[in-house]
Amino acid sequence: MTNLFNYIERKSPVHDLTGATKLVCLMLWSFAAMTTYDTRLLLTLSVGGILLFVVGKIRVKDVSFMLGFTLVFLVLNTILLYVFSPHHGTEVYGTCTYLWGTSGRYAPTLEQAFFQFNYILKYFATIPIVLLFVTTTNPSEFAASLNKIGVSYSVAYSVALALRYIPDVQKQYHEISQASQARGIELSKKASLVQRLKSASAILVPLILTSMDRIEIISNAMELRGFGKNKKRTWYMARPFRVTDYASMLICALLLCTSIYLNHLNGGRFYNPFR
Amino acid sequence: MKKFSVKTIVATGIGAALFFVLGRFVAIPSPVPNTNISIQYGLLAFIAAVFGPIAGLLAGLIGHFFIDFSYGWGVWWSWVIASAVFGCMMGFITGRLKIDEGEFDSKAIINFNVGQVVAHVLAWVVVAPTLDILIYSEPANKVYLQGVTGAVVNIITTAIVGTLLCIAYAKAIPKKGSLTEEN
Repeated sequence: MTNLFNYIERKSPVHDLTGATKLVCLMLWSFAAMTTYDTRLLLTLSVGGILLFVVGKIRVKDVSFMLGFTLVFLVLNTILLYVFSPHHGTEVYGTCTYLWGTSGRYAPTLEQAFFQFNYILKYFATIPIVLLFVTTTNPSEFAASLNKIGVSYSVAYSVALALRYIPDVQKQYHEISQASQARGIELSKKASLVQRLKSASAILVPLILTSMDRIEIISNAMELRGFGKNKKRTWYMARPFRVTDYASMLICALLLCTSIYLNHLNGGRFYNPFR
Repeated sequence: MKKFSVKTIVATGIGAALFFVLGRFVAIPSPVPNTNISIQYGLLAFIAAVFGPIAGLLAGLIGHFFIDFSYGWGVWWSWVIASAVFGCMMGFITGRLKIDEGEFDSKAIINFNVGQVVAHVLAWVVVAPTLDILIYSEPANKVYLQGVTGAVVNIITTAIVGTLLCIAYAKAIPKKGSLTEEN
């Protein structure tokens, strides 16, 4: 399961923060990056994220696969952005400076280049922090910490249950799929798409029926143990907050405030050097 | 704290686990980025139809969150929320169906499929692109293309996978008064 979620166990200040803190920080940080297109703040966030990566003792090697995935995604999105609105930048910044003297729908403009640069920067402001969150947060502790930041414990328990049963369901899916394939159900590229969807359902039916039995068994067991009777419950994986937890949440909250203040200062979401 | 039954909590957890496994390991990428041909929405529609809107909403939210989380490309909140909206809508629309009592006739099939089309269109053509524009301020035509592609693909997969699941599940449950006296 730890493999599935890319969690890497190491000793570092980032690992020592509780899961709740990291979740709150992730939200504040990504909201800060979302709300602004201000180049200066995005640059600060990108550099800060990379520095935190070093503090968290996560090496590029550890996340190279995910990073590659994200970069491909980024390249595709950037190209698509240009194909669909080659003049988004000029609309946003209100001026139009053609590069190399050419004009036309797909002629490159300085504004579009700057917009696309900001767009890419926006990714770089959030990618390191997300990767850091994914690699340094223990999934079980994450479920426990949800309860702490105000999510009702029933919901937090659903999350914990999902985490607990993902490996089981995965194993069961695998078994059923192999048994069906041995009986001649075709899932590979040889079959047409509709045929493959039908075969997938043939695997799903036994999987769902056993899962429904499982739901019955688990809910009976929980009910017999009096789940949901009290207003609160304790968590095995929960940890108390420390000074560093409060400090990092405060810093991230300040980042979000800066972002909102910059929106106000720039009179919009974009920092405009062309005016 | 809201009161909802232990069974809903468990169904949410298991539903999210199923949603995750199907979405993570049985996904076929389509030519448009961010969009997979995914059979998990058939399952989500089924869970919502059997266990109601709260289970649908939370199973979509948790399952989709963990899919994004495990890929490590960052949680794409606008689409996670759209999944939750779909689950919730589906729960409300199919609220009167009694699949867990073994009833799923042709009338119910129509209700289920009309409902899933409406819920998918609302989730992927209205909610997801609008949030994309609000949160990430991306160009409108790009996100609407992604949304429409997602909606069409999901409607087709839900129509096939979701309907088959409901029929199979309803068949597996003995109907009320299905026993007859033998002479």
